[in-house]
Amino acid sequence: MKTDVLIIGGGVIGASVAHQLARYNLDIILVEKASDVCMGTSKANSAMIHSGFNIDGDTLKGQLVLAANKVIKQLCQDLKVDLVKPLGSITVGFEEADLEKMKKTMANGIKNGIQGMKLLNQIELHEMEPHLNPDAKYGLFEPETGIINPFEYTVALAENAVINGAKVLLDTEVLDIIIENKTVTGVKTNKGDIATKIIINAAGLYADKIAAMVEDIDFEIKPRKGQYFLYDKKWRDILTYTIYSAPTKVSKGMIVVPTIDGNILAGSNAEAVEDKTDLRTTAQALDQIYTSAISHLFPELPRMGDVITTFTGLRASSTNEDFIIESAKTVTGFINAAGIQSPGLTSAPAIAAMIEGLVRAENRDLDFSPKANYEKGRQAPVQLSDLSYEERTALIEENPDYGEIICRCESISKGEIMDAIHRPIPATNMDAIKRRVRAGMGRCQGGFCGPKVLGILSKELGISPLEVTQKGSASFVLTSKNKELSLEEGDRNYEKIRV
Amino acid sequence: MAVKKFICIGCPKGCSLKVEHTEKTIHEISDYSCKIGLKYAQTEFTEPKRTITTTVKLKSGDLPFVPVKTKKPVNKEKIFEVMNVISGLEIESPVRVGDVVVSNIAGTGVDLVCTRNIKNVAVR
Amino acid sequence: MKKLEYDLVIIGGGPAGLAAALEAKRNGVPKILICERAPYLGGILNQCIHNGFGLQYFKEELTGPEYASRFIEELENSDIDVKLGTMVMEIMVDKKVIAVNREDGMFQIDTKALILAMGCRERTRGAITIPGSRPAGIMTAGTAQSYVNLEGYLPGKEVVILGSGDIGLIMARRLTLEGVNVKGVIELMPYSTGLIRNKVQCLDDFDIPLLLSHSITEVHGNERLEGVTIAEVDKSFKPIEGTEQYVSCDTLLLSVGLIPENELSNNLGCEMDKVTRGPVVNEKRITNIPWVFACGNVLHVHDLVDNVTEEAEIAGKAAAAFINNKKNEVEKEVIITHDNNIGYVVPQHIDALNNQEQTIKFFLRVRNSDEDVRLIVKDNFNKTLLNLKKTIVEPGTMVTFNLPREFVTKDTSSIDISISKEQAQ
Repeated sequence: MKTDVLIIGGGVIGASVAHQLARYNLDIILVEKASDVCMGTSKANSAMIHSGFNIDGDTLKGQLVLAANKVIKQLCQDLKVDLVKPLGSITVGFEEADLEKMKKTMANGIKNGIQGMKLLNQIELHEMEPHLNPDAKYGLFEPETGIINPFEYTVALAENAVINGAKVLLDTEVLDIIIENKTVTGVKTNKGDIATKIIINAAGLYADKIAAMVEDIDFEIKPRKGQYFLYDKKWRDILTYTIYSAPTKVSKGMIVVPTIDGNILAGSNAEAVEDKTDLRTTAQALDQIYTSAISHLFPELPRMGDVITTFTGLRASSTNEDFIIESAKTVTGFINAAGIQSPGLTSAPAIAAMIEGLVRAENRDLDFSPKANYEKGRQAPVQLSDLSYEERTALIEENPDYGEIICRCESISKGEIMDAIHRPIPATNMDAIKRRVRAGMGRCQGGFCGPKVLGILSKELGISPLEVTQKGSASFVLTSKNKELSLEEGDRNYEKIRV
Repeated sequence: MAVKKFICIGCPKGCSLKVEHTEKTIHEISDYSCKIGLKYAQTEFTEPKRTITTTVKLKSGDLPFVPVKTKKPVNKEKIFEVMNVISGLEIESPVRVGDVVVSNIAGTGVDLVCTRNIKNVAVR
Repeated sequence: MKKLEYDLVIIGGGPAGLAAALEAKRNGVPKILICERAPYLGGILNQCIHNGFGLQYFKEELTGPEYASRFIEELENSDIDVKLGTMVMEIMVDKKVIAVNREDGMFQIDTKALILAMGCRERTRGAITIPGSRPAGIMTAGTAQSYVNLEGYLPGKEVVILGSGDIGLIMARRLTLEGVNVKGVIELMPYSTGLIRNKVQCLDDFDIPLLLSHSITEVHGNERLEGVTIAEVDKSFKPIEGTEQYVSCDTLLLSVGLIPENELSNNLGCEMDKVTRGPVVNEKRITNIPWVFACGNVLHVHDLVDNVTEEAEIAGKAAAAFINNKKNEVEKEVIITHDNNIGYVVPQHIDALNNQEQTIKFFLRVRNSDEDVRLIVKDNFNKTLLNLKKTIVEPGTMVTFNLPREFVTKDTSSIDISISKEQAQ
């Protein structure tokens, strides 16, 4: 296989770069080792579009987040991605010292060009957020922060790239990089070699590992773990804005935010870990987040019960803390996009534009003429909940699958699930379906619809139910057929738990 | 004289039953609150029995399996023997509640019967 | 959008919906429609292939599908309409129901009365936030039951079950019969939350250990589950240091409770009971909305289907009376209160002047297990109406009793129910 540009990593950065470059007459291949796009850092974060009010505008990430804020609305409109912006944020303080910090943050925000920021007194604060802890005294309002669905956004970027001719290869892991005469010429993957003129390293947590295949590097990606609570939709009205807790001695400040789909997301702590696969939640951290942030800000939110799920995200933070977006120092044709932690999701379009500049500067004889039939958008998936009853009826008449509700908690039809399986970036496992259409994301967490979704996947993908996975590779949902295990005395395993 | 205690599984109450016996001879059964309990204690002491419920493969039915049960409780020690016979079974749809799948399954003297009406896909 | 007209719409074709529909029909309701989301009637009974159903109602022991088929066959011989594969999307305050299916698309049903019979769902891992990784191989016991009994697939080969709820116990036996090694059942409480008979015939029969006062403190494995860490807990349910034990397994089933499915009822504006998580009802199972009735597990989680049937018949009969007489106002509300030993009582209030029934049936759950207690019912004049002996009460087993209607007079304003240790006479 042969291409002009090979992108390693199907997170929001890789997908943004593919989307950015797909407007030119370039051959593009994106490889992703997981079974879907958006499977790493891009998937598990606060899902916020940061305005940049609290970020140092002199850093690279500061410049990029401010630049991205100027283009993201149009981009989401083109891609038909739900974006709520502006929604606004309030930083909440309980002590005099918090107020001093807020004043500094406000000055920083003004310097970054954010308009309409305002310090709130206790009365104003509680008028704006009546469910806040009554002890909260100070607030800093900032109007520009927004929220997005990171899966939808990443999938939309990748789908647009595919519509414009890019190839996305899932379950494809880069094992080595081929270099000839100090110039990259290709990659070795678990699915074979791919020749290429340019490699973009957007490998997230593994960007250091990939970069080190090319030359000696002076950075390392140290995962910083953060744990989150996701609350039932019935708590949606507990807040209006995205809420930051003021930084405290034990924490850098946490968030309680609404999600695009109407849940409440709360977290996260920050814990440096060595293991890049450590997605465990821990009772200790969850208790600490709940006590120090969630119940401290919103005492009505419960510790358990209406918690739909808890999860962990790993921030791909580099040892020097800023984004690393640059060409390799000793080799031609290799560009790093590393250390992309918060606000990476927001900065992605600006990062992609910057990478386009770096690709051009490599001078690898690429055709940057615009694609003749370039599509700047994509057809959004049918979402019944967005349609009027009459529109739904018309759709069901055309395709009865839209009338068969599979996921009762979120009212998702069979038609929507079938669409997700057959779109440009296909959903091929249970979690991929959940991320696309929310089937299984409701209160029952797939208890009722799980067997049905599994059946549809098995039929549509032409595989046995035993081959359907939860989240790709070996994460099989079922292990055997009834009547197949041996019932003979000697064959049965009798080992029980003994205390 | 020895005492053996059982919990009755005859109904959801779950009464504790007491059997006073000398070796295999029962002298007295007490603490039961109905006839089911008395009978349960007798058989549980002498020859424990259980009703087996499971599924049997179904050809071209609306569903791939039909639920079945042993029409009467079978000797507890024969449970896996009965299950082994059932593993190899496959029957034709349609089926109705009470249809006999196998009579005298695994020599227990008890019939295995269907517990659900399932149509044939063709005649749906 | 297509429009239909009915006298009575019942949401849910499980045991509650079926019994309510048949009872309403017997009481003279002309046009009845059941909306069922599954492609068949019978609800969750279809996957409950074990026996033990019907002892109270039919005086014989039946399996779940057999119990359901008795009602389904009767229904097939009646003129009650059924729409299968039909999901109700919305109930509107002006007595309109919006539903959807493959054949009709979105459609509207105008009705005179409505019975909520949507059942319940299982509590999930998220709701109890077990820490650890998020591998495949963790599901609720009911989901596993559906895979095994309806689809014919096994969820794993080495199973640990968290929670001693009845579905978990039943699945321990069911999986063992299919050759799966069920390594044990972990229960947080110091007692089994399921029926004692299920512990005996599902665990003890197969030497499956039940670990009381234990919890799972961590889940291990990245792709498929590899094991769990279990630990003993103290009286405040905190894991006791030093008691942790790693147990290898490829599957974790959760049987940690059931929750009434009341999204439709909530959106409609039904007043809800915080403990039962179902609507607040009176003895006729009327919610605070006079044309809306509720019964079965959507009202409160039952442990016996026989009780569901009985309750559904109350609702069906009351709905028929409402449709036929158009009268449903509560004339004099009597509030039911209870002491701290009792978790909840259904109904939550009764009508002092309603004389439709000879007796009023109460369902309650106690908070803690106890032996040799007295259940005492008093009215607002502190007069003892009932004083019943209960040999054993436990949270896993619902307590029921009948209050003769004549004990409630026009002057009764409240009734208090208490459970206390038997005093030496």
